[in-house]
Formats: sequence, structure tokens, C-alpha cells
Amino acid sequence: MMARPISAPAGQPAGKAVAAPSSLPERSLLPADRWSVREVAFWIIPPLCYFAFPGYLMLGSQILIAGLFALSLDLIMGYAGIVSLGHAAFFGTGAYTAGLLASHGWSEPLSGLLLGSAAAAVVSLPVSLLVVRGQDLGRLIVTLGIGMLFFEAANKAAMITGGVDGLSGMEVGRLFGLFAFDLVGRTAYLYSFSVLFLLFLACRRLVHSPFGLSLRGIKESGKRMASLGVPVQRRLTTIFIISAALAGAAGALLAQTTQFVGLDSLSFSRSAELLIMLVLGGTGRLYGALIGATLFLLAQDVLASLDPVYWQFWLGLMLVVVVLYARGGVLGGFELLALRLRRGR
Amino acid sequence: MTPALRTKGLSKSWGGFVANSQISLSLETGARHALIGPNGAGKSTFINLLTGVITPSAGEVYLNGVRITHLPAHERVKRGIARTFQITTLFPGLTVLESVVLAICERRDVAKAWHCTVASRKAEIDEAWALLASLHLEKDAHRLTRALPYGRQRLVEIALALAVRPKLLLLDEPAAGIPAGESTEIFDVIARLPTDVTILFIEHDMDLVFRFAQRITVLVGGKLLCEGTPGEIAADKRVREVYLGEVQYA
Amino acid sequence: MLGSCLGVLFDGVAYGSLLFLISVGLSVTMGLMNFVNLAHGAFAMLGGYLCVALMSRVGMPFLWTLPVVFLAVAVIGAALERTLYRRLYKANHLDQVLFSIGLTFMAVAAATYVWGPNQQPVRLPDFLRGQMHVGGVDLGVYRLFLVGLVILITLSLHLLMTKTRFGAHIRASVDNQAAAAGLGIHVDKVFVLTFALGTGLAGVGGAVGIDVLGLDPTFPIKYMVYFLLVVAIGGAGSIKGSVLAALVLGIFDVAGKYYVPEIGAFIIYGLMLVLLVFFPSGLYGKKA
Repeated sequence: MMARPISAPAGQPAGKAVAAPSSLPERSLLPADRWSVREVAFWIIPPLCYFAFPGYLMLGSQILIAGLFALSLDLIMGYAGIVSLGHAAFFGTGAYTAGLLASHGWSEPLSGLLLGSAAAAVVSLPVSLLVVRGQDLGRLIVTLGIGMLFFEAANKAAMITGGVDGLSGMEVGRLFGLFAFDLVGRTAYLYSFSVLFLLFLACRRLVHSPFGLSLRGIKESGKRMASLGVPVQRRLTTIFIISAALAGAAGALLAQTTQFVGLDSLSFSRSAELLIMLVLGGTGRLYGALIGATLFLLAQDVLASLDPVYWQFWLGLMLVVVVLYARGGVLGGFELLALRLRRGR
Repeated sequence: MTPALRTKGLSKSWGGFVANSQISLSLETGARHALIGPNGAGKSTFINLLTGVITPSAGEVYLNGVRITHLPAHERVKRGIARTFQITTLFPGLTVLESVVLAICERRDVAKAWHCTVASRKAEIDEAWALLASLHLEKDAHRLTRALPYGRQRLVEIALALAVRPKLLLLDEPAAGIPAGESTEIFDVIARLPTDVTILFIEHDMDLVFRFAQRITVLVGGKLLCEGTPGEIAADKRVREVYLGEVQYA
Repeated sequence: MLGSCLGVLFDGVAYGSLLFLISVGLSVTMGLMNFVNLAHGAFAMLGGYLCVALMSRVGMPFLWTLPVVFLAVAVIGAALERTLYRRLYKANHLDQVLFSIGLTFMAVAAATYVWGPNQQPVRLPDFLRGQMHVGGVDLGVYRLFLVGLVILITLSLHLLMTKTRFGAHIRASVDNQAAAAGLGIHVDKVFVLTFALGTGLAGVGGAVGIDVLGLDPTFPIKYMVYFLLVVAIGGAGSIKGSVLAALVLGIFDVAGKYYVPEIGAFIIYGLMLVLLVFFPSGLYGKKA
């Protein structure tokens, strides 16, 4: 969250809080909406890449889509404090919905995207009833179980979903009737980027709003929020559904840009990788999700092609190391560094 | 005149253990009422029954004449009941200002707004600063609540309760663990609250109790022992027996 | 009809016993250290692979591999507890989940590298194969052996917990760690020994379970949900709860797959949801 101070007189330090030894430095003042230079610079990069790396546009789309998926998890995990081991369930729902539409004659991509997202949101409603009620452990198991349930369902319904072979025969039409999805991935890249950017803007406004503040409040102390008269479970259900809709949108994007949907979009590995991306980049900052997704997919592209077994091993090792030594991820590390530099001045 | 708060035979027991037994209490609007008693007397349980955190085994609770015995907790807050916790319950990762702004936004039902930023809510922010100023917390506005010294945290605890603009304020040992000098500061704040706010506070420090309470209720072993003005309570033999040797009355 | 019903019931009990054997260690360590260990299945997998290796490389008879597997996995578990796990006891559950997922990935990758991605066949000794006719029903000999073994182990565990001082230490530490430490109980020692015991049992479970559950590198991930369900439904820290939960899960899973094979797998998940709604802390568990 790149917030700007709203009422700090010049010359007064941003805050004198002493950070507890193992925690992150304090964030700035009230959430506002001014775009910092860093943020603007960040968002110039994807369009630049479009021109700079024309041969890597498919990978680029994957990164953008993963970024959206990670964003959806950050909303519930980084802001509301719900840890989910089965978020791929919503991703897969969106993917299969869009995929099935496209393979049965509905080739308009935008409506497919909306329907995929809506399907994920609808499906998340009963799930949310279980997830928001529980405690830590219960939630982990419920989300894990839901993820496996969806996987099994898609597997069993092989007649519809194509099972292990995956769903093929998708016909994705022209975007706005003008732009065809080409093999190089130009349309796919710009399509993914636009959707990501628009949804990011919405998320950014959401987390800076009073609603977003209340989510952080719930994460910090549900008990206190309850004593302030807040219907905690209702709030959590709302953000859970929003998060599922975003995950579904990401899944639909993947289906449409690759014209294929496989069971792996619902797998535990997908959910676990998502967690890793988020932890890698840093939770609760939105940008952490995007950075984590980028780093993860780049690393995967380079290393997994060498040997998938090695990749999995090193991924596991990295996760262990990060948890033991580098909690807070990349952005957390930057913040600590920034704090040290500020103090040193 | 309808009492601000009235309980009738309020009881709570868990299995064989009786935490509260037949407690009948009546508070006029604007009362400054203390609830005292030895540890384990059931005072916090009583507060929990009033706020709706737990449901009573028997008895009724009336807020301004309206029966709220089984109303859920968040509904009671909407009706004007606020509380502080004996063990400080703040938002560790939020700043003081953020915490108070959050509480005010919740009260004004603004928290459901998704489309505006917190920084744009001028009215709520101004109110927050005013509240912080009244509690001398302005300097700490941008500090994380977990980074504050204990005494200031207790003040933030009260700020959060006040942000809700309660009609009935329930304070569970507001000055617990605070050195004598700072605790009077807290009670000065409480004393300056408007007279339409009814206050019920649990306290162990008898100096504070006798200085600020208009009426005192004594709870022992879950039962109401006696009730009266500070003078009456000080003179009551039974109370002296309960507190024998613990406190010197002025 | 009754015959097949009893047969299904028995199969369910056997399956449940196996689940219990593997999961009991997880339940106790979760109740004891409040540590969410998703890598528990990896220890079971390790036990399975060790058993296969001992049988094929060293020629050890099947039954003899079991105590060896128990000791080996227990030692490895203890080593990991000392070096890695204990550093995360105070961490929040997310960190623990991530850490254990990392360990799981490493285990899965290592297993794939060493033994390849395929199912490991196990050659059971002849006297454990075939069927036995018991009371009008044909019961698999191996499953009888499984149930018998688990009953034996359960009784031993019960004796350990109720009659020995170590067992008392475990129960005290599960109940209230601070108080136990205050009484002079070496909570550290209790942790490492309990962890070793739990993982050792999981290893044995993995070894005897090859015939029933299969053994391939994805074992820890495939069965993760089941072990966690046993713990969640039974209540972390409760052996009695684990027994009950494992049996219920085992019976329902087998019965579901037998009587309604199209949706058999969902019975488990449906059951899980129902039970978690009504027993958020598990059947016997302590409140979180």
C-alpha cells in the first residue's frame, strides 16, 4: 500500500514508532489515493515489455494472469486474514466456465470473462459460510478440502470437463469483434493487462476505503471489531466473494488466452504456488502479490524447463528458507531496508 | 423516569459453577456507578452479559426500558452500549488515528463505502482528531498501537469506546495496571464525559472508586451484597468484612 | 447382502485403522505444539519407501522392516524437530503451513528423484495374503493383520499415556504448556520425543499401508486432507478422538466408494463439512 501522508507538517518525521524486533516498520498515515512515482513507474513496465520483448508475450500474459490471481488471494489473506489452501477452486471454476462456453459455441470473450467470474462468485457463497465461521485450523482444512472437492468433481465429470486430458476445442472469438487472439500472444497480452489493470484499480480503491480499513481491523482483532458493532462475518463473506470473483476472472483469462483448460487449474499445487507467490512478494500490500507472481513465474520459466523435479525441490527449499529467515517477502525486505536507511540519516 | 440500564434477576451459571446469581441493578441516566468486589466475584461476567457476549441463564436486561436480554452483541452496540476490556484489546498493527477513524466510520455506517478513500472522509477524521485531543493522544496519533506504552494503550482503549458515542459505557478496570498518577488522568477524562452518558465501571482501586462514583454496587461470589452511596458503602459492616485489611477508607 | 455389508464395514475399519495409525502422531503434535504440520504425510511416505528399499535391497522380511522403519523415521523426525520445527513453534499458522508445504515439496521431489514417479509394488509375505473365512464373511488376511497391528499399537499408546510418567508429561503439556513447564516437566524433551513417536508411527503406517493406500511420490499431497480431517474432526491432541474420527472417515469413505462409486469420493468431503459445522473444535478437541 503506497499511502501518502495527508497531514504531516514539513520537517516532522513520518512516525516515531519503534518497530518491534521481528515485525515490519510502521506504514504511513491514513490511506489516501495519490499515486507515488514508484507506482506510476511500476505500471509503465508492462506496456514497455510489450514492445521490448515481443517474443515473450505468452509468458507475459501468464505473469499478468497470475498477478491477478495472487491479488485475489491478497485481498482475503493480506487484508482480512483468511488463509486459504484451496483458492484454485475458484480459479478453476472461472477457467472451466469460460472454457465450456467457448467450446460450446459462445465465443465472445468479454462475456465469457464476466460469466466465469460470476460463476466463481456464486460458487464461493456456500463455501464462505464455512470459511468465515471457522478458526485458523478449521479454515485451513475446509479450504484444503474444498479445493480437493472441486478437483475431484472436475475429474469425475470428465465427460464435461475432459478430465485428465483437459478441455479443448475452445473457440475464442475476436475481442470487441476486432482483435483476434493471435499465436504470438499480442492480443492476449494486452487483454490480460487491461483486465488486470482495471481490476487492480478497483482493488486499490477498495483497500484504501473505510471498508478496506475495516478488513484490516478484523484481521488485527476480530474481538475488538465485534465490540464496535461490526458484523464481522458478513464483512468477511463479502470480501471472500469478491476475492473469488477475481480468481474466477483470472481463470477465465487463462482459459481464453491459452484456449485450453486442464485439471491442474484446480490442483492443490496451484493453490500452494499461489500462496508461495504471495509470501514471496509480501502480503497486505497488493503490489507484493504482483511482484511475487512475476518473480515466481520468471523463476519457474527458467528453472522448471531445466528439470521439473529440481524445480520442485528448490521451490520447497526456498519456501523453507523464506519462512525461517525472510518473512515479509520482497516488499517486506524493502521496507525494512528503507527504515534502516531512514534511521541512519 | 426510565432507568438507562436495568437488570432483573440476571444470572449465569456454567454447569455447577454459578458466576452471577439474581443480580438486579438499576442505573439512572448519567449515573457514575461503580461495581466492586473481590476477584472472581463475577464482575466481568456481568459486563459480558450486558454487552451480549454471553447469554444469561435467567433474568432480563433493559436498556432505556427496552428489553435487550437476547439481542446479539453488535445490535447492542448500535443501541449505544460500548465497553472497554480488562485486557487491552486494540488493533496492534493499526495506528492510533487509524483505529479511532475506523471506530467512527463504523458508527456512522460509512465502513461499507468502497468507493472513497479513508483520507477523504473529512468529517470522520476531524472528529477523530477532536477525540484524540480530548484524551491528550494527539502526539501518538501516527504510532502503531502496539508500540505505545501500556498507560497510553489503556487511553486508546477508552478512545475506541468513546468513538462509538455510547449512551451506556461499561468500563472493565480502565485503570488496571496503571501507576497512580496516570490513572487519575484516565478518570478525569471519564468524569468530563457528558451527563447523558451513563457509566458503569469496575475498579479495584478504592481511591478512584470513592472519588468518582456516585453510587457503588458490591458483588461477592456472584451475588449482590449491597448497594448505595460511597458513604453508605464505606460504613457498611459487611463490606468492611469482605475487604478487611485490604483497603483504608479516607 | 449382509455379508457384503459386513465386508464393507470391515474394510472401512481396516482403512480407518490405517488412517489412525498415520494421523495419531499428527494429532498429538498439533495438540501439543500447536503446530500445523502439512508435511506429516511425508514421514509416512518415507516409511513406505524405506520398507520397500529394505525388502528389495537388503532382502529383509516384511515384518522385520516395521520396527526398523519405526526407529529410522523416528530418528529423522527427531532430527528435523530439533533443527527446524522448533524454530517455528511461536510462529503463526500461516508460516507453519508454508514451511511444511516447503518440506513436502522437497520430500516429493526427492522421492521422485530417487525412486521415480511410479507406484511402488510391495510383495507381501505369503502368510499375509489371501482371505480368511470368519463368521460367514470372507475377510482379507492382510486387513486383519492391519487391524490387529493397530489395535496392538493403540493399546500400547493408551498404556503409555495413562500408566507411564512420560505419558503423564505429554498429557500435562498438551493441557497447559506453561503450567507443565512450571512443574519442572522438560517440555522440550517431551516435544522431541513425542514428535519422534508420532513420525515413527506414521512411518510404520506408510509401510503397512502400501498395499492399501499405494505408494508414489505424490502420497503426502494426495492424503494430506485425510490426515488433517482426522485431526480436525477428532480434535487435535485427543487420541480417543483420532480413533473415532479415523474409523468414521474410513468406514464412510469405503462404504461411499462401494455403494455409490460415482460420487464416492464426495462422501468424505460432505461428511467433513457436516462435522466441521457442528464440531468446530473437533469431537474431543480443546477449543482453539
